[in-house]
Amino acid sequence: MEALLALVIGVLGGAAVWLVLRPRTFQVIMGLALLSYAVNLFIFSVGSLFLDRPPIVRPGVPTDLGHYTDPMPQSLVLTAIVIGFATTALFLVVLLASRGLAGTDHVDGPRGEP
Amino acid sequence: MSLGHLVAVPVVLPLVTAALLVLLGEKRRRARTLLNVGATLAGLAVAATLLWRIDAGGVPGAIGVYLGSNWEAPFGVVLVADRLTALMLALVGVVGFGVALYAEAGWHRAGVYFHPLFQIQLMGLNGAFLTGDLFNLFVFFEVMLAASYGLQLHGSGGPRVASGLHYIAVNLLASSLFLVGLATIYGVMGTLTMADIAAKLPSVPADDRGLLHAGMAILAVAFLVKAATWPLNAWLVPAYTAASAPIAALFALMTKVGVYVLVRLWTLFFSHGGPSDDFGGPVLLCGGLATVVFGALGLLSSLSLGRIAAFSIVVSSGTLLSALGMGTAAVTSAALFYLVSATLAVSALFLLVELVGRMGVDGQGRLSDVEPGEDTNLDDEEVPLVGRAFPVSIALLGLAFVCAALIVAGLPPLAGFLAKVALLSAVLQAEAPTAGAWWILALLLLSGFVATLSLSRAGIRHFWSTGNRLPPDVKLVEAVPVVALLGACVLLTVYAEPVLRFTGATASGLHAPGAYIEAVLTTKPRPGPTRPGPEGAP
Repeated sequence: MEALLALVIGVLGGAAVWLVLRPRTFQVIMGLALLSYAVNLFIFSVGSLFLDRPPIVRPGVPTDLGHYTDPMPQSLVLTAIVIGFATTALFLVVLLASRGLAGTDHVDGPRGEP
Repeated sequence: MSLGHLVAVPVVLPLVTAALLVLLGEKRRRARTLLNVGATLAGLAVAATLLWRIDAGGVPGAIGVYLGSNWEAPFGVVLVADRLTALMLALVGVVGFGVALYAEAGWHRAGVYFHPLFQIQLMGLNGAFLTGDLFNLFVFFEVMLAASYGLQLHGSGGPRVASGLHYIAVNLLASSLFLVGLATIYGVMGTLTMADIAAKLPSVPADDRGLLHAGMAILAVAFLVKAATWPLNAWLVPAYTAASAPIAALFALMTKVGVYVLVRLWTLFFSHGGPSDDFGGPVLLCGGLATVVFGALGLLSSLSLGRIAAFSIVVSSGTLLSALGMGTAAVTSAALFYLVSATLAVSALFLLVELVGRMGVDGQGRLSDVEPGEDTNLDDEEVPLVGRAFPVSIALLGLAFVCAALIVAGLPPLAGFLAKVALLSAVLQAEAPTAGAWWILALLLLSGFVATLSLSRAGIRHFWSTGNRLPPDVKLVEAVPVVALLGACVLLTVYAEPVLRFTGATASGLHAPGAYIEAVLTTKPRPGPTRPGPEGAP
């Protein structure tokens, strides 16, 4: 499972970096979205990867990380998702404004056009 | 400690004010103006009170800890106010007040929601300075950045949107790096409270230390982007020059947040022995020196005053980072003094840019790149200068420009000179000055020379160059913030000794973080009917 998750994060992150370096604003925003997925999965993975272990204390079960998964990264991911979503949405607005004002979707505006 | 809820006020006050401002709507201009300026002034008063009480608290116990929701430190979110925090809060208060006042001259009408965004920006800045928890730092960073995106685009227009696009993209990438670094640190340490990490750092097994260092380095990159370190600073100059004048003055504080976090975390984690001692110090030193060189070259190549102001931010960031990289308390102390004087002066300079730009609207002596070729003829046709009244506004702007230029370039007799002398003498004080110390000495003097050159060139063009120049229309509400910011610099010069004593105490506290760690980790929750115990959570 670790290998699979690592692969997923790697593929998402690699694709994100490639897209962010592209010259079109739409590709950049897709890259930023993919990057935030990769980062969120990465945060999730630093807790612990277990099946069938709840992140909340239950009566009768010893309270150690052998029986629970760490709830902290999950709450961090939740916050990071919300913030990432909001800032990406804001970036989308700026992207559209830039497209409207400059008349091109090149990241550097008209002077960046070949 | 005895500071109680006062520590949380710098965060809560702007948040509540922003909510009220949204409720007031766009119609009631007078009420919104009063609320905005009043709340900013109240924030300044709170920051000054914190500063005074923390300084009066003596050297060891001068740390105010506020446990959010009454939870103990590693488990709850904690706000910590020590000397450095109080100093930065006071700086935010002064600059914020100046900007709030200046914006009332008209900039707040250039777009919607200026006032709420401004207050949220102050909240993000204050929160970033106060928080004692890495994830909370991320949240306040995002609050600050989200507000800054809105403010940077305030007034709209092609250049703002084009540079804003780059600014936002770079900062979103930096935020991703922030999260990656933070998650790696959590994976190794199992905690995100700064004091707790610092306390547990010596017990990290050697196998994990590499991973921890990698996490910290990735985290540092996010702050280096914010602090405009070369080569991560290409976004700064277009974004800051395109932003409206009061916003650019406020943004002068934002690069200082990156510097603040680096100072805070680096001294907390890596400045007191152990296997991680001085990790990243050489990188900060070299990065800072490279930034100074980049900023100095930028200063030389800039003709417009806005770009000069933006590049002087880069130079001051570089100076601060290289001073931090030296890693001694004496240098940090002088660097903090430099930080205060440079921030105030650059903010004033950004406000001046717009006022100076209003001169010569007749289009003849205007910013047309110096070349006296065509303009000399016009010169002769001009009415004789003798007997013509010299407008007050030009005199005021000229004087203010000279003051700001003296401080930015570090020439006597104002605070900038004292800061540079303090910095250089601290750098050379070490028993055997290292190569790094000589580099700082050389580059600091060189950057001062270049700044003098660049600013006097701009000054000659804007104030001396001939042409039928109309006196600029400066409102009182615009002149007061500029004079106030520069007046603060003059006060800083006059009271340099107590301020240097304060920054000295700050730096010695930073480089011996035992008291900070102990204060955070030993503060107990208050007993009360609603106190949630570890097992009493719903």
